[in-house]
Amino acid sequence: MAFSLPPLPYATGALAANGMCQETLELHHGKHHNAYVTALNGLIESKGLAGKTLEAICVEAGKAGADGLPVLNQAGQHYNHCLFWNVMAPGGAHGESLPAALAAKIDSDLGGLAAFKEAFKTAGATQFGSGWAWLVIGSDGKLKVTKTPNGANPVSTGEGKPILGVDVWEHAYYLDFRNVRPNYLANFLDKLVNWEVVADLLGKGGFTSGQSA
Amino acid sequence: MTTMHRRGLLFGAAGLAAMAATRRPASAQAPSGPFTLPALPYAPNANERAIDAMTMEIHHGRHHAAYVANLNAAVKDHSALAQMPVDEILMRLSQVPEAVRTAIRNNGGGHANHSMFWEIMGGEGGEPTGDLKAAIDRDLGGMEKFRTDFNTAGTRVFGSGWVFVAVTPAGNLSLVSKPNQDTPLMDGGRVLMGNDVWEHAYYLRYQNRRADYLTAWWNVLSWEKIAARYDAAKNGTLRI
Repeated sequence: MAFSLPPLPYATGALAANGMCQETLELHHGKHHNAYVTALNGLIESKGLAGKTLEAICVEAGKAGADGLPVLNQAGQHYNHCLFWNVMAPGGAHGESLPAALAAKIDSDLGGLAAFKEAFKTAGATQFGSGWAWLVIGSDGKLKVTKTPNGANPVSTGEGKPILGVDVWEHAYYLDFRNVRPNYLANFLDKLVNWEVVADLLGKGGFTSGQSA
Repeated sequence: MTTMHRRGLLFGAAGLAAMAATRRPASAQAPSGPFTLPALPYAPNANERAIDAMTMEIHHGRHHAAYVANLNAAVKDHSALAQMPVDEILMRLSQVPEAVRTAIRNNGGGHANHSMFWEIMGGEGGEPTGDLKAAIDRDLGGMEKFRTDFNTAGTRVFGSGWVFVAVTPAGNLSLVSKPNQDTPLMDGGRVLMGNDVWEHAYYLRYQNRRADYLTAWWNVLSWEKIAARYDAAKNGTLRI
């Protein structure tokens, strides 16, 4: 078995009215994500990845530090993008109306939706260079906002199980927002996130890609 | 630890005087200083054979300008740092107060790297001559191998970063890849030339095709400017 590029759960033009144009999605999914999948499949034999889940590979590569980077760069990015496509939707982010369980959890662990959004935007804006910002279920069961560089993720760093992630590599937003990353992040939270999916991932204890080598 | 004590650790009175003497000239634009955005030495469309005018305008006027503004903010409460040239700060990064070290690494690096980057373009490409050509033949295996190795290094930078040619005072050259806005200055070296492989440097025209950008970039290099930097490196006058 090999890793595969999952189809987008919506058309490439479906998010255009909400700040992510068709060309961005075509390139991001069809070129960038696809390149990570191809590169990762090219490492299965030489790195002994056969039979392992994508999540297990991320954990192992993360523990290996600098030596693990060649695998983590591709495996992490495969996992990260699988999550990313899933947490957005056409007509997403309906204002403040989150599913009750998710809203209550954000209130109790992060001080409310507004405080969470600020923390998440700050994490994304301050991830210098390429990387991701995350909402994760930490090992103590509490929600936490964090960020990781390049292809790393909270699975590889051991910080928790992601239920929401936003790509802050410039390729994610440059065609739509140019250099203004904070506007991309605000748009993501206000117009793109599918809170139903995020609530579902909270109930499941985090995102599982279903991918393995 | 007091500010005065920190300052004493960073550089004694003699060192400070020496640095003040070599301070960059205070040039145009942003009045809030001490660091300023250098003007592009050519029109934004001067490098069209590799880089479109809109990319140049955003890259210089937004990205580089932000590094300058953030660097100024980082040194605001550190008057000794505010009096130093950015290359001297980056060469002593481990002595910079921890509270602002990362901000200075990222934004000081960004300021230095982009200042160099604008300087070495605006030309017609081609090949170097004289001492620089001899050094490339000697240290980098000749122009063809140098170009290939440099472009390969550029495609291998994962995420954001740069590929540089570092130069020693003796004139020896080496290829160096760095993540984000790091620079060989942080290793105590000097930079002869370098290419920016952050996606913002090429995404509007090349999208995901970084390799095509790397290949085209050689067409807009000014070997006259790079040769002048090489001479300055050997004379000990090359800054950023």
